Amino acid sequence: MNEVYMIAGGVTKFAKAHPEKSFQVLVKEAFDYALGDVGMETKDIDGSVSSYFSDHFLRQLMGGAMVQDYLGLCPKPGHRVEGGGATGGLGFQAAWREIASGRMKCCAALGWETMAHVNTWKGNEFIALASDTNFDYPVGGFYTGYYAMMAVRHMHEFRTTPEQFAMVSVKNHKNAEHNPYAQYPGTYTVKEVRSAPMVSYPLTLLDICTMSEGAAVALLCDKDTAFSFAKRPVRITGVGTGTDAMRMADRPHGEVMLLPHEKKSDYAHLKYPGVHSFRAGRAASRMAYEQADIKNPLEELDFVELHDAYTSSEIQTYEDMGLCRYGEGGPFVETGAPFMPKVRYGLEFTGEQGVVPVNPSGGLLACGHPVGATGLMQSVFALWQLQGTVGKHFRDDSLQLKDPRRGAIHSHAGTGTYVAVSVLERGW
Amino acid sequence: MSKKIQKKAGKSPPRRPTSRNRTETLRPALEKALRRMPKAKPAKRAQGVGTVSAGNLRGKVRLPETEDGNSAFRIPFPKDLAHLDGMSPLVIRWHYEMEYLHSYAQDSPFFAGLANGRLLGTRCIHCRYTFATPKGHCMRCGEKTRWIELPLKGKVHSWTTCYFGSQEFLKETPFNLVLVEFEGADTLLLSRLVGVGQDGIAVGMEVKAQFRRNAKLLASDVYFVPA
Ligand SMILES: [Zn+2]
Repeated sequence: MNEVYMIAGGVTKFAKAHPEKSFQVLVKEAFDYALGDVGMETKDIDGSVSSYFSDHFLRQLMGGAMVQDYLGLCPKPGHRVEGGGATGGLGFQAAWREIASGRMKCCAALGWETMAHVNTWKGNEFIALASDTNFDYPVGGFYTGYYAMMAVRHMHEFRTTPEQFAMVSVKNHKNAEHNPYAQYPGTYTVKEVRSAPMVSYPLTLLDICTMSEGAAVALLCDKDTAFSFAKRPVRITGVGTGTDAMRMADRPHGEVMLLPHEKKSDYAHLKYPGVHSFRAGRAASRMAYEQADIKNPLEELDFVELHDAYTSSEIQTYEDMGLCRYGEGGPFVETGAPFMPKVRYGLEFTGEQGVVPVNPSGGLLACGHPVGATGLMQSVFALWQLQGTVGKHFRDDSLQLKDPRRGAIHSHAGTGTYVAVSVLERGW
Repeated sequence: MSKKIQKKAGKSPPRRPTSRNRTETLRPALEKALRRMPKAKPAKRAQGVGTVSAGNLRGKVRLPETEDGNSAFRIPFPKDLAHLDGMSPLVIRWHYEMEYLHSYAQDSPFFAGLANGRLLGTRCIHCRYTFATPKGHCMRCGEKTRWIELPLKGKVHSWTTCYFGSQEFLKETPFNLVLVEFEGADTLLLSRLVGVGQDGIAVGMEVKAQFRRNAKLLASDVYFVPA
């Protein structure tokens, strides 16, 4: 298997709607930005992977082929990858496979979503079609409702509080104030998050990401190509994917899948995953960590960009990824560990702030969630973080971590049906 | 494909033993068939139907003007084409509607059960894993399952109250979603809980099934109320 590197990326501004640009033009903007960053030309790209979620939103089949021709990539290889909310992360991994297999020297992962062609409530209906349409959707198909039930069970099982969920919202919206690509940066208090309109108990409007339009592109290369174009290529050392049953009702109540630093006795009475945890997230993390030789993620990761479509799912994901034990996600956020070390949040912590920053970019909650672009956006922000080029690309270096060596990206679909986790580290 | 990969892939499959190669065999037959192809004909002059000469027909043939769809009158257009790039985008309404013939296939008995006031699950004939939301084959061991009747009483495993929803259900808000656990079943059932507000629901609360009198043949034909 060949070593795989990421050398450049581009992201468009995420916004509620971009009626002045078609999806092809959005992708081209991100693509040209990525090429320009390393002085590459279209001829240097061997093929692509198109990453977008919904034919319903686009009302166009084969959108990937239309992006391929618009970018001038025909007749090179290209195909579409789709996996709900994890589409972007899976697209990133599909591009990784093109390089790892030796089929391509340089592959462009092209992600986008256009979600404003229908109103928000119709959009929620489209998204709910990503639940079982015989047994789940007709009961009242609504994704926030599904995640809310998982949050309620997490609260029941581990005594997690809605205020702890709200701290995630405060963190991610605040981080995004220094990210010019983000859709909804903002300064909030826990009280403001809790008193925002309730969408599905316990999740308020500020606990939930919004629909968005935008594109993100990642350029992945083999070693020779990487070093001939980039001074600071980032190496992809772990690529993990996990799955779980589509219907939450079908999730088993068995034993925890352990990470190397955990013991069976840590979870003597926990029935797993039930609906309180994402087994797919644990499976994906475990596979990625094994490849990257990570024994204890808290000690060995410098930051994580994870899929915070809901504040509750960020807390659940700390546990799946092994940053803390199952059940400790709520207290973990109170320690201050997942916050940025230098940003002022107006919160009090029980421990050191910024031990392992999670969603330094602001995540989905504040950046927006144009589904097919999101996982690739995470890879681009992780690349810039590792390269130390956040200041250059954001024109503001407030979010640049000091000397990060290794980070993880985590992309998640449909109440945890598909999860993709990839580990990126300094390659030079 | 790069040469590197082909080399790594190992030996190519053995060639089929033939006395002459396929190209040589095929060529004479192909030549014969090519000679039979119709000759190219010279282009005809346009005569009404077919290629239309706009000049001749102007004022005689028109698309009918209809009142449906988008009706636009006097869309602004600059004299100077250099100004076109700054034009604000045109956004149109585009209706889309469809009707499916959707089969419940092997799950049909579940819906027939609801229409008759019965709640059905399935149980694996091999490992006895029991699904409160039916599955035709066992997720654990792959064997076929058989139908069983579920108790009409259960407990709330988790719940939420939705104050917003997707378009189809927006008019029904606020409504409660519950995952119900049953004695003797390994998995849960997603349903609605009615007759109680957010403050009256808790994990572990006992609930009982009720059925719509006029079945719609949807999973929502069953719902739960506090027991
Ligand atoms: Zn079985």
